[in-house]
Amino acid sequence: MSFLKIDNLSVNYRMRKETINAVKNINFDVKKGEILGLVGESGSGKSTLGSAIINLIDEPGKISGGKVILDGINIHENPGDILKYRGKKIGLIFQDPQTSLNPLLTIGEQLIETIQTHLNFNFNESKDRAITLLQEVGIKDAENRFDNYPHQFSGGMRQRVVISLALCCEPDLLIADEPTTALDVSIQSQILELIKTLTKVRNLAVILITHDMGVISETADRVAVMKNGDLVEIGLTKEILTNPKEIYTKSLISSVPPTNKKISRFKIMEKKENNAGRTNIKILDRWNKKNLTSQNLIEVKNLKKTFQEGMFNEASKNTIMAVDDVSFNIREGESFGLVGESGSGKSTIAKMIVNLFKPSSGEIFFDKVCITKIKKNSEMMNFRKQIQMIFQDPYSSLNGRLKVKDIIAEPIKLHNPKITNNDLDNYINDLLESVELSKKSSTRYSHEFSGGQRQRISIARALATQPRLLVCDEPTSALDVSIQAQILNLLKDLQEQLNLTILFISHDLPVVRQMCDRIGVLRNGKLCEVSDTEKLFLEPKHEYSKELLRLMPKIESIYN
Amino acid sequence: MDNQNLSFINKIKDSDIYFAFIKSPTAIISTTILIIIFFCSFFVELIAPFNPFDPSSLDLMEAFTPPSWEEGGMSKFLLGTDGQGRDMLSTILYGSRISLIVGFAAILFSLILGVSLGLTAGYFGGKYEMIVMRITDVQLTVPSILMALLVDGIARGVISKELHDEMAIYVLIFAIGISEWPQFARVSRAATLVEKNKDYISASTIIGVPNIKIMFKHILPNILRPILVIGTIGLALAIIAESTLSFLGVGVPPTTPSLGTLIRIGNDFLFSGEWWITFFPAIFLVILAFSINLLGDWMRDTLNPKLN
Repeated sequence: MSFLKIDNLSVNYRMRKETINAVKNINFDVKKGEILGLVGESGSGKSTLGSAIINLIDEPGKISGGKVILDGINIHENPGDILKYRGKKIGLIFQDPQTSLNPLLTIGEQLIETIQTHLNFNFNESKDRAITLLQEVGIKDAENRFDNYPHQFSGGMRQRVVISLALCCEPDLLIADEPTTALDVSIQSQILELIKTLTKVRNLAVILITHDMGVISETADRVAVMKNGDLVEIGLTKEILTNPKEIYTKSLISSVPPTNKKISRFKIMEKKENNAGRTNIKILDRWNKKNLTSQNLIEVKNLKKTFQEGMFNEASKNTIMAVDDVSFNIREGESFGLVGESGSGKSTIAKMIVNLFKPSSGEIFFDKVCITKIKKNSEMMNFRKQIQMIFQDPYSSLNGRLKVKDIIAEPIKLHNPKITNNDLDNYINDLLESVELSKKSSTRYSHEFSGGQRQRISIARALATQPRLLVCDEPTSALDVSIQAQILNLLKDLQEQLNLTILFISHDLPVVRQMCDRIGVLRNGKLCEVSDTEKLFLEPKHEYSKELLRLMPKIESIYN
Repeated sequence: MDNQNLSFINKIKDSDIYFAFIKSPTAIISTTILIIIFFCSFFVELIAPFNPFDPSSLDLMEAFTPPSWEEGGMSKFLLGTDGQGRDMLSTILYGSRISLIVGFAAILFSLILGVSLGLTAGYFGGKYEMIVMRITDVQLTVPSILMALLVDGIARGVISKELHDEMAIYVLIFAIGISEWPQFARVSRAATLVEKNKDYISASTIIGVPNIKIMFKHILPNILRPILVIGTIGLALAIIAESTLSFLGVGVPPTTPSLGTLIRIGNDFLFSGEWWITFFPAIFLVILAFSINLLGDWMRDTLNPKLN
């Protein structure tokens, strides 16, 4: 007997020009004691579906049809009644623990408020209950932490508080919308473990909305795959992951980077693969290709970077050691990975290598020249040309006021002022084709493109100066898996054919495994271990590396 | 060419701003009023029934004629005449042209000054930023009308009397402009600080684009929206400041009266019953400033992504 039944649910957004069907006639059910994973890429309607269940759709969206039957009752029948279910029968967990708690109230006050809104408890009863709940979600010393404010908790702890808030009134259904996306790997696994335990102990029905296949495979009993508002496939997690029936599910699963082996490239299902899948790198003819030597292109020696807080520089108190005595080398032509959790200093190192930050002490050598000591702008230009960077956020990395051709033309004209207009246009077209964009894109503005396409424009801009080193700072973490697979393939092709050296920065271990030859593991600004990729994954030396590898969600875990 | 024009019009029709515009009666009404006022003021020679600055057309016998619908009014002077027999309607239209020219020029001056200081301060930071921002802080503690009076006073001392009437309008523009720039500096600095930390600026730095080009090619177009909004509201302020100064007698000379000068002249006759001489320029000024403010308000709501 299913506990929650979604019957033909549809959601429409009436926009200025068209009506968007964000959710189209979805049917599924969830049993008690079961976790249903709702997986899909951005824009697939998974979050909208989650909000639609509790009738929390923002204008101009509207539930245009269908029923949500909870325990035999259609909860959408009487719109005024929904308040009886929200919070009480249905608990919610959101993505960002930073914003889902009120910063001006202690967590105790927030819990008591919620309990008293729904249940007829007096203050002491509510307080007892709140403390029990906090203990249940694994907050140590709950009596004392009861009066703390949200900012006194770490991200993971805060998400636990959010979960306790959702559980306040003994809901039977829990909707978790990307509950671990904003958290680091080590905390993610704890939170998922907590959700799993709670499901068993309290016999909850859980809908877990996520884009992460690894999370699904480790937590969900059943999985529903969504695409463009349609339910593509639903079934037992193991079956869907090992033996998907629909083409979309197959392509989705094949784009997930495997954690247990290195593959040469990702299979892209939708695209007809010509040239054995290789990208046609048109820019190759113009490229001033250097033969690879096995020398070090980058040498980082005892690099340190401190940030001082406060304007009056009471340095001793508030100095933050972002990068602490880091040394490593990158050989010419290799891909070097830097992994670490948020705050480990990996982006800071990248910014020092591309000379956006000056190091506090230590040196960086590029091709045997110390680039951190260069003062003259004209000398620096020579190196600027050879080191380029690709950023994490495809939306802020392009100037929205410029056309694509102007964005790409800027570095070309700057480093090659004598180029003729005709040649410039050809150069831009070649670059665009090399990153698999059409020539037509050059006259459009960047906001007309999707995230993945914008990242390709970024790559084209970086290649325009013909760099030898490409620094990629989380280039795919803002993208969907299928797009990520395409971008990673592209980067691999470019590296192979243009003899690029790549510094690849990521928090995502499976991605790093696919991309890199050697990996450095960073923690709190210190380099724990540098090792060949295969060696690191098979026999990590440092405790922290072992921990990271153990906690990483593995899509393969389903096979065992 | 025709085709290009057509697609340009379609593009405008397609844009969100156009959509927001036709949805807002406030915006439509205020824009219509402003277009009419601008048109009448700048083509005043074609529109005004009389030329109030042509002495040969003036007849002192016709002085103090009340508006046409009042007893003793003449149909050729719709809004009556002033003490020299000048037609009020024509005088107001000529006066509003001067007010608008001074307003636009002053705001343009303070915009250029304020934005270039704010943009560079936000971009370079450090001591330079501190000095610029402290100067704006200090200037913001001085009421802008006092500041303008001060500038005007100094100018009177420096420029000889014969030259002064000729120079009056430039002095006025400078005085109002110099008193309005701090808010442009503040807004553009704040917006620059936000833009400066975005990745596209880092990308340009890594490519090696020179600072000046980063500031004016990349940052400036991206911070234009808030500047445009305060520029519009500032225009209303500048026009009012011009009128205030002229009302106080330190603005444009009575030979080429602006709205403020007209109000001052009319003020002398208010107690003897000739109310129209001060009333009509004043109401005209209110409508002008009010329409600009309404348009500015609407722009702030529409162009500010945070409010959407």
